[in-house]
Amino acid sequence: MTGVAVQFSGVSKKYPHFTLQDVDLELPTGSIMGFVGANGAGKSTTIRILMGLIHQDCGTVHVLNHTMPANQAAAKRDIGFVSEDMRLYASLTLAWHMNFVSSIYPQWDRLYAEHLLRSFDLKAERKIKGLSHGQRVKAALLLALARRPRLLVLDEPTTGLDPVGRREVLAELVAVLADEERTIFFSSQNTLDVEQISDQITFIDRGRIIDSANKETFLDRWRRLRLMLPLNTALPQLPGVIEVGGSTRLPVLTVNRFEPAMVAVCQDAGAAVQAVDAMTLEEIFIANVQSRREGVVA
Amino acid sequence: MNSPIVISQSDGRPMYLQIMEQIKQKVAVGEWGPGEEIPSIRVLAVALRISVITVKRAYLELEREGVIVTQHGKGSIVATDPGLGPRLYDREFEEHLEQVVRIGTLLGLSNKQMALRLHDTASRLNEVQLHEDEFRKETV
Repeated sequence: MTGVAVQFSGVSKKYPHFTLQDVDLELPTGSIMGFVGANGAGKSTTIRILMGLIHQDCGTVHVLNHTMPANQAAAKRDIGFVSEDMRLYASLTLAWHMNFVSSIYPQWDRLYAEHLLRSFDLKAERKIKGLSHGQRVKAALLLALARRPRLLVLDEPTTGLDPVGRREVLAELVAVLADEERTIFFSSQNTLDVEQISDQITFIDRGRIIDSANKETFLDRWRRLRLMLPLNTALPQLPGVIEVGGSTRLPVLTVNRFEPAMVAVCQDAGAAVQAVDAMTLEEIFIANVQSRREGVVA
Repeated sequence: MNSPIVISQSDGRPMYLQIMEQIKQKVAVGEWGPGEEIPSIRVLAVALRISVITVKRAYLELEREGVIVTQHGKGSIVATDPGLGPRLYDREFEEHLEQVVRIGTLLGLSNKQMALRLHDTASRLNEVQLHEDEFRKETV
């Protein structure tokens, strides 16, 4: 089945000190979306609404063709969810947890679980209380992955992992997508992880979605242009200029609608283009957030 | 899984460009022969631990350049006539020339001065090569 795995339209949720406002999201089946935002931006609220754990004030949410929160019981059979505050039973072993989850979910894949134990470097006979933070995160991921859910929802899956652990986890997430029917939605503060494995990227800040597109579109459209202006020459007018930095004679423009033809436009206006720099996702995210926040103030 | 392609994090270029370049090199040196099957988009994405969309982008551009052919549902093969060797180096040469001119302009060199410098460099390097060859002959 191809189509849309997750769809939010016009979703809002009001709290005394925080409002999630007009969230629109669309995640195609078979893709992986990285959901990026600062602390308190609304990532976890969005994820909890997605899971039916809290109810939106208005707007509609569809997950795997189920309406949320009304049909959340049916939807959750096919969703694997891992969040930071996931509690496992401290005095019981990982093996006990694996048995427990497999008794609830008939699609539990024993071979895949064994494979994950090896690739996450975990021991099933260990008790949860003896595991490090990183090992607990990997244990929770194992329990979710081995159910082979059609949708994986992960709240900060790589936070608190060491570099080796992050690499193991990212590798298994990408491997999930070798099957085109399965979809991943994950939030993260680590833009490097998001840049590496995401197809779709959504930025959230202060309760609003500020940008959402496929990754290549982001990386293609954002550029820094380093110009050299002759004396008494005005800055060329370009579309999508987010920020002008540098100095008067050596301005640096950040643009979000870059096209190769812009270089010729600058040259025609008398400006020498010294360099066109690609931007990392982190630079794009920060420039994006700053320009939106300044826009609100102005 | 061992990947036939190695992505560098510190390489400033986008990942899809790195993939394209490495595939072209494999084809240019004959490691991947004409008509030979190459890893599918998803398989390569899993091996490299990167998103499918990045690999897809690289394959689409390679197809546009005539280096590979992708058949839906069947995977991708190296084109029967990728004709890559001269074409690949010619483009790289052109890019480096542009770079030279850009920096030359920053230095305030005239076109003639730049041409002269290029000529000098070529003679110098050719001479070094000549000496090295002679040295090798003598030692053998």
